[in-house]
Amino acid sequence: MKTKSNLERILESGGFVVTSECGPPRGADPEVIRRKGALLKGVVDAVNVTDNQTSVVRMSSLASCVILKEMGFDPILQMVCRDRNRIAIQSDILGAAALGIDNILCLSGDHQKFGDHPKAKNVFDMDSIQLISAVKTMRDDGRFVGGEEVKGKPMLFIGAAENPFGDPFEIRAARLGKKVRAGVEFIQTQCIYNLERFERWMEMVRGRGLHERCAILAGVTPFKSVGMARYMKNSVPGMDVPDHMIDRMKGVPKEKQPEEGIKICVETIQRLRDIPGVRGIHIMAIEWEEKVVEIAKVAGLLPRPS
Amino acid sequence: MIVGNRKSLEEIFGMIKPYKKILLLGCNECVTVCAVGGEREVGVLASELRLTRMKDGEEIEIREHTLERQCDHEYIDQIRPFVGDYDVILSMACGAGVQYVAEKYRTKPVLPAINTSFLGVTLEQGAWSERCQGCGTCLLDKTGGICPIARCAKSLLNGPCGGSSNGKCEVDKETDCGWQLIIDRLKELGQLDRYEEIIPIKDWTTSRDGGPRKRIREDLKL
Repeated sequence: MKTKSNLERILESGGFVVTSECGPPRGADPEVIRRKGALLKGVVDAVNVTDNQTSVVRMSSLASCVILKEMGFDPILQMVCRDRNRIAIQSDILGAAALGIDNILCLSGDHQKFGDHPKAKNVFDMDSIQLISAVKTMRDDGRFVGGEEVKGKPMLFIGAAENPFGDPFEIRAARLGKKVRAGVEFIQTQCIYNLERFERWMEMVRGRGLHERCAILAGVTPFKSVGMARYMKNSVPGMDVPDHMIDRMKGVPKEKQPEEGIKICVETIQRLRDIPGVRGIHIMAIEWEEKVVEIAKVAGLLPRPS
Repeated sequence: MIVGNRKSLEEIFGMIKPYKKILLLGCNECVTVCAVGGEREVGVLASELRLTRMKDGEEIEIREHTLERQCDHEYIDQIRPFVGDYDVILSMACGAGVQYVAEKYRTKPVLPAINTSFLGVTLEQGAWSERCQGCGTCLLDKTGGICPIARCAKSLLNGPCGGSSNGKCEVDKETDCGWQLIIDRLKELGQLDRYEEIIPIKDWTTSRDGGPRKRIREDLKL
């Protein structure tokens, strides 16, 4: 084991892991994070905190991670390249490690046009692969990107995201390969609805042996309504929602739709568990965090190892 | 060429409000090619300004003059004989040209009539598209002749991101995903194995980030 990460520990022991996420508030109230955290107690092995997701300004991921750490969680610091240059990024990596955060998820970041500050300048001094490499260099070589010595290495377990449904499909496994070579240790995928396409991606991934060099956690998100399913199909970049799922959601009356969405999610988890190379599930129940415990329970993922 | 688009008549009108005698300067190079600041556009703008002032019952005198370019001393010098007759210079050149005219005629306000946008190419008549960001360290040899800095909305050197969909960028469905273009080209060139190479973090010192840039050729100096 390289770090003190609970996530790394369970993966190393061969366990199937469960992670979820907390979206910080659009304000300075720490109670929002504490309430969301409370819903996940005993449900997850580690918990992501998003970093100004969809370019909407929220309480910083690092601050929110610290609040969750105080509650006994193993937080995963999500970090995007959109808003910070290499100086700020490396500084935050040191800060996170100093505050006891053991995991980082390296991301490019949604373009700022999606958020509440579309007029902002974007940074993108580095990309997600260079960020993975930076964390690894700081942790294992004790060097900053600029070459100087890091006096006190940040021992972070290194993760990234990958989208099996992004285009072009043919290079998606090659891109994961680049992340693995850069030093990534675990991957969380974009939420999965098209299982057949996901299975094809996993085949390409296994073909390159990548499933043995990093732990792949399959992402899932329950539909709250047919409206949400349609929105995700049409308006979220890199999302693949098959028509039969929209039909299924449409086929039940409005008040039954949340229940159907949870059912679909649980079935998806059960199918994902059987795919060789999938080492865990990442449940993203955006603004529906109270359902994560139910999903995990019905899918047979509880109790979690202590 | 350098591409821009003309400021709105409203904005230009606001800028020239205090002035009665205007020297309207066009440029025969880039802004002519992208039909925003050449002789023809100078004529159109002059008419619009005269009409608008006339409607408001106010005077205006506009001299229309198009220089070969506004980024070289020898051409800017050509207006010296008559520049003193005017209150203000309204330039339709790119930002470089506007500034150079201002540097030469220090006692005349020089106003920009266009918004300079990008270094680009002509797609077809009436359409121009960005290609280069002037990063100062060209890496087109690594990416099949397609620039990830200029053509990827996030300037990723190891793209694409997860938002690439059907060859289009998440920013705009009319915008090609730069990395889709790169991958397609590498395939055509039989160089798809180059995609496996991790391009390291960029040195931005040769770009705008390093500070205002200059290029000197000692051998050409007099």
